[in-house]
Amino acid sequence: MFSASALSQLIPDRDVPAVEVSQLSKEFRRREGLHRHRITALKPVSFSIARGECVAILGQNGSGKSTLVRLLSTLLLEDGGAARIFGYDVFREPRRVQRLINRVSAEASFFKRLSAIENLSYAARFYGLRRRDTRAEIPRILERVGFPLDRATGPMEDLSRGMQQKVALARALLTSPVLLLLDEPTTGLDPRSKLEVQDFIREVRRVHDSTVLLCTHDLTEAEELAERVGILHAGELLCLAPAAELKRRYRAETLEEAFFSATGTALEEEEVSG
Amino acid sequence: MRGAVTTMRAELMGFSGIVERNTYIIKRYVWWELAWFIWTLANTLTIVFIAKGFEQAGAKFDVNKATSWLLIGALVWSYLGMVFGLLVEMVQWERWEGTIEHTFMAPLSRSMHLLGTGIFGVLYGIVRTAALFVVVALFFHLELPHADYVAALVVLLVASVSFIGIGMMTSVLPLISPEKGVQLGYIAQGLILVVSGVYYDVSVLPGWMQALARISPATYALRALRSSIIDGKGLHALWGDIWPMIVIGVIAVPLGLEIFRRGERYAKRHGKLKRSG
Repeated sequence: MFSASALSQLIPDRDVPAVEVSQLSKEFRRREGLHRHRITALKPVSFSIARGECVAILGQNGSGKSTLVRLLSTLLLEDGGAARIFGYDVFREPRRVQRLINRVSAEASFFKRLSAIENLSYAARFYGLRRRDTRAEIPRILERVGFPLDRATGPMEDLSRGMQQKVALARALLTSPVLLLLDEPTTGLDPRSKLEVQDFIREVRRVHDSTVLLCTHDLTEAEELAERVGILHAGELLCLAPAAELKRRYRAETLEEAFFSATGTALEEEEVSG
Repeated sequence: MRGAVTTMRAELMGFSGIVERNTYIIKRYVWWELAWFIWTLANTLTIVFIAKGFEQAGAKFDVNKATSWLLIGALVWSYLGMVFGLLVEMVQWERWEGTIEHTFMAPLSRSMHLLGTGIFGVLYGIVRTAALFVVVALFFHLELPHADYVAALVVLLVASVSFIGIGMMTSVLPLISPEKGVQLGYIAQGLILVVSGVYYDVSVLPGWMQALARISPATYALRALRSSIIDGKGLHALWGDIWPMIVIGVIAVPLGLEIFRRGERYAKRHGKLKRSG
C-alpha cells in the first residue's frame, strides 16, 4: 500500500475539503429513431465533503447517483460547474485525482476467468505498486475483508456475488484511496455479506481516515454509516444534512418518511416504476 | 528530478500491469489459444497450397519461391491481425468484462496503456508467427538457404512501430462506437493489407490503390521480409524499405495517441466509457 507520507505529499493542504462540487451538471443525448433528445442526468448540484467524513446520497434508480460518482471518478466530463477533490480539479487534473480515489460499484468489475489474486495484482500495477510490495499485501488484504484465501487462485466466475464484492473492496483498499466512492456497494448481496461489507467500510474509515461518498438506496445503510445524508431526486440534490436533521426538517419519524416527504414518493415504489 | 524518476517508475509499473494482465488472460484461455493457432494454421495452409495447385494445373514457375512468397503474405496478415486485434479489442474486451471503468479511472497514462497493449501484441505476435512459420515450412519442406532471419526480425520490429500507431488509431473506434467499432477496425486492417500486396505485387493494383500502397507500412514490410527471407538480402540492402517505415512510425504513434486522446474525451463527454449491459 502507499505510505501515509507519500499520500500526504499529494495533498499538501490538510484543511482543503475532500470534495467540493459547485453547480455541477450533466446531460446525455439519446437517439430514438430519427430524433435526438437531451436527458438531464444531473441538475446543477453543489455540496462539499470534509476530510474524513462519510456522506450518503440516497436516490432511486435513475436519480443521478451513478452519474455523480462517474463524474467524480473522471469517467465523465461535465457540462457545467466544477468539482475538486482535495483541491485538484477533477476535469483539468484527472491524473492527480485518480491517484487519490478508488471506487466500488454494484457490479463486480473483473476479468472473470482470472483469479482474485491475478485481478488485484495487475490492477495494483496501474497505481504504481511493485510486485514485491503486493505479493504479501494482496493475501493480507483479502484475509482482512474476510475472503477465504483457498479461493484466491481460482477463477472469479466461480465465486459468489458476496465474495466478488469482497475482492472489489480489497482492490480499492490496496491502493489506499483517501476518497472512497461507493456506488451501491451492497446491492444484491445477502444480509450477511451486506453486514460484512458495512463493517468493512467502518473499519476503512477508522484505520485509514478515508473520506467516503456512499451512493445507495438502502436507507438503513445510509443512516448507520454516514454523518450526513443527501436526497438526490431526478438529478436534483434536494437536501444534505445529518439524518436526524432531515427527519426534523420533514417532520418524519424515519428516514424513509423523510424521503417520501422530500420527493413525494417512496424509495421502493420509485425503484419499481423508475 | 526525484519527482520525474517517481513518475517514470509509476509509468513503467503501469506498462508492466498491462503486460501482466494480458499474460494472465492468455494463460487462462490457453485452449482458445490452441484453437486459434490451429485455425490460423489451416487458413495459412489454404493460401500456401495455391502455389502447388497452379503447378499441378500446368503453370511454369518456381514453386518453392511462390510458396514462400504466399507464406510470407499469410504470416504478415496473421501477425498484423494479432497486433491490431489486441489493440482494437482492448476497449471492447473491457466493456464485456466490465473492467473498462476501473482501467480508465486508474492513474495510468493512456500512452502507457496503449503502448503496453501494442508491445505485448508485438511480442505475442512474433512468438505465434514464428511458430506458424516453422510448422508451415516443415509441412512444405521449404528450402530457404539464403534467408537472413536477423534482418527479417529487424524489419518486423521496425514495421511494428507503425503497426502499433495505426492500431492505436483503430482502437479508438470501439470507444466512440460500442456497437460498430470493432468491425470498423477489422475493415481498416483488411484495407491496409489489400493495398499493400499481401499475396501479389503492388504493381498489379490500379493506380489509385498503388498511391495508397505508398503510405502503408505493410507494403514496405512485405517487400523487405520477402527480400530478406527469400533472396537473403541484409539490412543494408533493405534500407530503401526500412526508412519509409521509420518515417511512418514516427508520424503514426503520436498521431494514434492524439486520436485516442480525442476519442476518449468524446466518450467521456457522451457517457460511452462504460461497461456493456
